Amino acid sequence: MTLPAFAPIGLRFENIDKRYGGLLALRGVSLSIAPGECVVFAGRNGSGKTTLLRIAARLVRPTRGSLSFSGKSDGAEESAVRPGFVAHATMVYDELSAEENLLLFAKLQEVPHAENRVETLLQEVGLSERRSSLVRTFSRGMRQRVAIARALLHEPAILLFDEPATGLDPQGVAWLAEAIRRLRDSGRTILMSLHGESDISSLGTRAIRLDAGSVAADTRTGATFRSILTFAGA
Amino acid sequence: MSLFANTAVLLGKEIRTEYRSRELLTTTFVFILIVIVLFSFAFDPTSDESRRFAPGLLWLAILFASSLMLQPCFLREQHNDTLSALRLSVSDPFAIFLAKLAANTLFLLLTEILLLPLFAVMYNVPVIPVLHWLLLVLFLASLGISIAGTALSAISAQARMRELLLPVLLLPLLAPILVVSAEVTRALLDRAPVVRWKGIGFIGVFDVVFLTALWLFGEYLLEE
Repeated sequence: MTLPAFAPIGLRFENIDKRYGGLLALRGVSLSIAPGECVVFAGRNGSGKTTLLRIAARLVRPTRGSLSFSGKSDGAEESAVRPGFVAHATMVYDELSAEENLLLFAKLQEVPHAENRVETLLQEVGLSERRSSLVRTFSRGMRQRVAIARALLHEPAILLFDEPATGLDPQGVAWLAEAIRRLRDSGRTILMSLHGESDISSLGTRAIRLDAGSVAADTRTGATFRSILTFAGA
Repeated sequence: MSLFANTAVLLGKEIRTEYRSRELLTTTFVFILIVIVLFSFAFDPTSDESRRFAPGLLWLAILFASSLMLQPCFLREQHNDTLSALRLSVSDPFAIFLAKLAANTLFLLLTEILLLPLFAVMYNVPVIPVLHWLLLVLFLASLGISIAGTALSAISAQARMRELLLPVLLLPLLAPILVVSAEVTRALLDRAPVVRWKGIGFIGVFDVVFLTALWLFGEYLLEE
């Protein structure tokens, strides 16, 4: 991956509640993520991982509490704190080619020299030769590569991965792990939700287990780190 | 500036995907065509009868067809969660609505223009002398249908029973446009054509009011 110049940015969740009708998805979550940290969120289905990441992406508004970036209030320097988001849904159009998808989102984000940036990213994710193929003809792994390229278009300082390895074969997981490793090493702040241990989870520098919408464990050390990922003691 | 730049980019995407799939245009065109042809054969109207009820029939067909067209408007953005990608990318979420309503208006208007000659022949109504007025009414009413329909499509796409919800919400909301458009069209197709300015003004006001409401509250419709 290209290692662009950007200012490292951290996140701060303060007393976040999120309610969907009668369901309290997050309860009083307070977390401080330092710039450059690679945080793995673990927890059972419905524990609030996806909701927390979507709040970090500002796709979901918290019912209570606030999110701020590097101590700045939310909304300040908007373009600098627009996170890149990769989910298990690819968030790209099947009816468009890989290149058309990337150009579309690059233009929407007003990426300077959009064509050059798209060209670079297509090469980095290994899709240069399939640039003109419609995404609907791609394998799951190739779609996820397009998704990662889309998330990196504006060179975000924060990257959010919501179960990015879902549906990938071992080769795809290995490619994804390598891609995330390079992004982590470039100094980006990374938040990812995962199920269990994998090549990807081993990249984390911090593990947080969510349980029923609350932070149940938070560690940076080896043994506890592993137990959080495997839900031991959950 | 970025609102209109984003709108133009998104409108290009809407047109490109429709050009490749031809889902919306085909469905709408075929539906209106079937209604026009079937009613013509079923009632075999005289010229005077046609002038009286054909405008109402035309607008009813357009209204039902538009609900078919508007249904997938936001629904297909949920397939790969592309709506989230759009929300993360645009600086003003209103651009998403503007592009979609512009595309819907364009597709609806295109269908109407293609079917207008057939309508004139099947119902024996002279549209040429009042064509420019007719196009104005078609444009304003199609815009109104698209504005209200795009907003309701965004609401219904997140709801259960979404396929049922859109027509149930849309048809009553658009009843005023249907009634007024049919009345204005009837007056235009009369033996002594009259331009009903009050009716045209009403449709224009409907468009402005709903567009303003969409501008003010559209962002909330996209939230999860």
